[in-house]
Amino acid sequence: MHRPSGCPSCAEPLEEGDRFCGVCGSPVSAASPPESRDDPTLPIPPLPAAPPAPAGPTGGYALAEPAPGWGSVAAGSAPTLVGEADGWSVPSEPAPAPGPEAAAVPPQGSSYGAPGPAYGSAPEPAHGGGEIRHDRPGSTPTPPEGTPWGAPEAPYGGAGPGHEDPYGSATVQGGAPAGGDGKTCVACRAGRVDTDGYCEHCGHAQPRERDHLEEELGSVAAVSDRGLRHHRNEDSFAVAATALPDGSAATVAIVCDGVSSASRPDEASAAAAGAANEALLEALPRGAHPQEAMHDAILAAAAAVNALAPEVPGAQNAPACTLVGAVVSGEVLTIGWVGDSRAYWVPDDRSALPRRLTEDDSWAAQMVAAGLMGEAEAYADVRAHAITGWLGADAYDLEPHTASFKPDHAGVVVVCTDGLWNYAESAQEMAQVLPVDAASRPLHSAQVLVGHALDGGGHDNVTVAVVPFAAPADPEAASVSAPPAAARAEPQTEAQPER
Amino acid sequence: MANFAKPSAPRFSVEVYQNEFLPEGGRDVHAIVTVTSTGGAAATRAAATRGSAAVVIMVDCSGSMEYPPDKMRGAREATAAAIDTLRDGTAFAVIAGTHVAKEVYPGQGRLAVADAATRAQAKEALRSLSSGGGTAIGTWLRLADGLLRQSPATIRHGILLTDGRNEHEDPAVLRATLEACAGRFTCDARGVGTDWEVKEVTGIASALLGSADIVADPAHLSEDFTLMMENVMGKEVADVALRLWTPVGVEIQYVKQVAPTVQDLSDRRTEAGPRAGDYPTGSWGDESREYHVCVRVPAASVGQEMLAARATLLLPGAPGEPPATLAQGLVRAVWTDDLVASTAINAQVAHYTGQAELAQAIQQGLEARKMGDVDGATAKLGRAVQLASASGNADTAKLLAKVVDVVDAAAGTVRLKAKVADADEMTLETRSIQTVRVKKS
Repeated sequence: MHRPSGCPSCAEPLEEGDRFCGVCGSPVSAASPPESRDDPTLPIPPLPAAPPAPAGPTGGYALAEPAPGWGSVAAGSAPTLVGEADGWSVPSEPAPAPGPEAAAVPPQGSSYGAPGPAYGSAPEPAHGGGEIRHDRPGSTPTPPEGTPWGAPEAPYGGAGPGHEDPYGSATVQGGAPAGGDGKTCVACRAGRVDTDGYCEHCGHAQPRERDHLEEELGSVAAVSDRGLRHHRNEDSFAVAATALPDGSAATVAIVCDGVSSASRPDEASAAAAGAANEALLEALPRGAHPQEAMHDAILAAAAAVNALAPEVPGAQNAPACTLVGAVVSGEVLTIGWVGDSRAYWVPDDRSALPRRLTEDDSWAAQMVAAGLMGEAEAYADVRAHAITGWLGADAYDLEPHTASFKPDHAGVVVVCTDGLWNYAESAQEMAQVLPVDAASRPLHSAQVLVGHALDGGGHDNVTVAVVPFAAPADPEAASVSAPPAAARAEPQTEAQPER
Repeated sequence: MANFAKPSAPRFSVEVYQNEFLPEGGRDVHAIVTVTSTGGAAATRAAATRGSAAVVIMVDCSGSMEYPPDKMRGAREATAAAIDTLRDGTAFAVIAGTHVAKEVYPGQGRLAVADAATRAQAKEALRSLSSGGGTAIGTWLRLADGLLRQSPATIRHGILLTDGRNEHEDPAVLRATLEACAGRFTCDARGVGTDWEVKEVTGIASALLGSADIVADPAHLSEDFTLMMENVMGKEVADVALRLWTPVGVEIQYVKQVAPTVQDLSDRRTEAGPRAGDYPTGSWGDESREYHVCVRVPAASVGQEMLAARATLLLPGAPGEPPATLAQGLVRAVWTDDLVASTAINAQVAHYTGQAELAQAIQQGLEARKMGDVDGATAKLGRAVQLASASGNADTAKLLAKVVDVVDAAAGTVRLKAKVADADEMTLETRSIQTVRVKKS
């Protein structure tokens, strides 16, 4: 990462992680060029029509066939199998009730941005590790356009008097020592930050490590943000890459949403994401079937969350969270979930249909599935978002849902919490928000999606992982080009209602 | 919660009970700060060998002590019992108080060091105590202050016994004396019989961070003095301060001790650096006290979080050294749009708010009763009965039942008793500030 050797203002030598000069207080970043940073969630207005989907030829989808090449992998040993062929329901909601804000903002020329919200990853002072650096190998290069990240923006949490500029121009990232020395408050810019993480002048809580996290590996990227209305980030994620026994790469993305009404939801989500990730990284390299591995990973995550519950009998509100995970291994895409966090499939060829890959464990989804209510009625109910499945000691019967798919065209999997999908509920909306070059710039795409949720109001924590899926390098599949329009429309007509 | 004390010293811990969630626009933050000091037994023994305590006993010897004569006899026996309770090595003195203060033992402006011989001499000297003269409590306290000031002991304590009003001294002089003595030594005050003024005795104890009580029957004095002295001998650290730091824009509404007794400390603040102030808490043994802190924070938008106050327990260092931090706790404010979270009232805060109101209702009710305001007294004392009953403050409920006939405790319906013994009324008034802890559920 870029680290100037001395203060740009007074030349005082700086230590690693300094965001402000310890002598004169000048922001160290003032002089630091933005080139080391990754790309903002900011405008990409004149995006020079990025070539979509470098992996594989465009238009290589097989939806032209009545029985799409998207066959689900019906592994006999798979514990649960939701993803039967008909599980590929095509989202049938053509124009879902618009969200609180215009949800369908295309990524290009959108309004997010300009002085964008402060989800830019200006680092947290307490942030100790390197896991959210953006200077990792593999991160996409910064495009020429766009405001440098973290330039003066709106604060987290809106415009309380005197709370502007939480990050200000403090954009030197990463590696801040945990101690409070030498940190200047991001809220008032006058006080130092004490060891508890509060300003010694105005008392404001400083951004914490989990307020905004980003991680990018070559094959996957994830962003998590506290949002604008919650005081802490109770979401968590884990992304990883590993190798299968045959040497091919496998990618893992897990996203968890802590249940706010339970105790310590932030710990629950972190434990679940970590445990599921560990379980998958242990199982996949030894050749376990991905769907079984996902099933076991969810059980492992559940055990990890259960372990957080106090051992006091009769204790209420044991920590709980939802989980959604995606594994890309070879040409198989495996999804697993519990609760109302979702996974979406967005083909690189945007003329193909995007799909939602998960069914919520929620009251509304159950009502609709049972035929007791219409979709509109169910989702308008105050109980709509009450979840009926979760990880935690209070869960009745844990039913991990898993599904495997064999997409025959390239696309990306968007794995997210309801903090995002509340602002892009249908698969089409999600596809519209997702940048077209998502497959080549997953981190940027994840930032754009989080930005979309924050622009919409950021009422909940927002976490999203973007997992590109390369089409199998099958010459035959590649040869199938541009299916006829009629065929493309077909799944829509045949599709069962999504929920 | 944090703990910075050395292992050999008593351990202090601070816990903060609050509902940190505020609705949008919410500004008042309430918190109960529980301070517990434990594990000081070793320190006590160490302190004993160093003789780090000094105690002066002030006995009222005014003429009224002979009416009835068992008051003087009781005072003499109680003082002897207190002397017997002194730990070896403790510096001590006895003062006879009338309209002037007179050293009874050891005399010549000194303190004796407790051992078998000095204890026997002191008790011998008590025989010469005789009554006669007026009452000027300020002179007693000034003499005690002069004696205690010679002692290097960190724990400096007085025990004061009176049976009458402070008639031979301008109240302003007593007030000035208390102000001068505050922080120099702590003092427990006792009224014997029923001819003394409750506000004078509680005022002395409150100013000097000690306890106040009534001993209506002189026969119980020895028992009470023994307990008091044992309590003093159990003290391990003195001059502990509760420091409250608040950020810019935060106003402290009040700081009250709410357990074991209600004491408003808001006016006792001494500034300690920018936006920090110290509130005296006196000396500590193995005990736990609770403080109700209320601050007003600037409004902030939903999703914001701030530190509303930092409560730190400080032990003054040796001269020229900074005070040692014993423990600290954080009072936070978090704005949320979750109404369930923001409207909840913390159980501790609710309980001690009720206990403080109970003490106030008793004091106002008794005041109204003295003024002949029957309706006002009935309403206030009725509310007190209701609060005492709801919070499980059985001791106070019993005392109230001696002053009013309780018709319905839950509804707070009471009738004033036609005849109330002075002792009962004074006991209720003196003990009105005693609170009970939150019931463990």
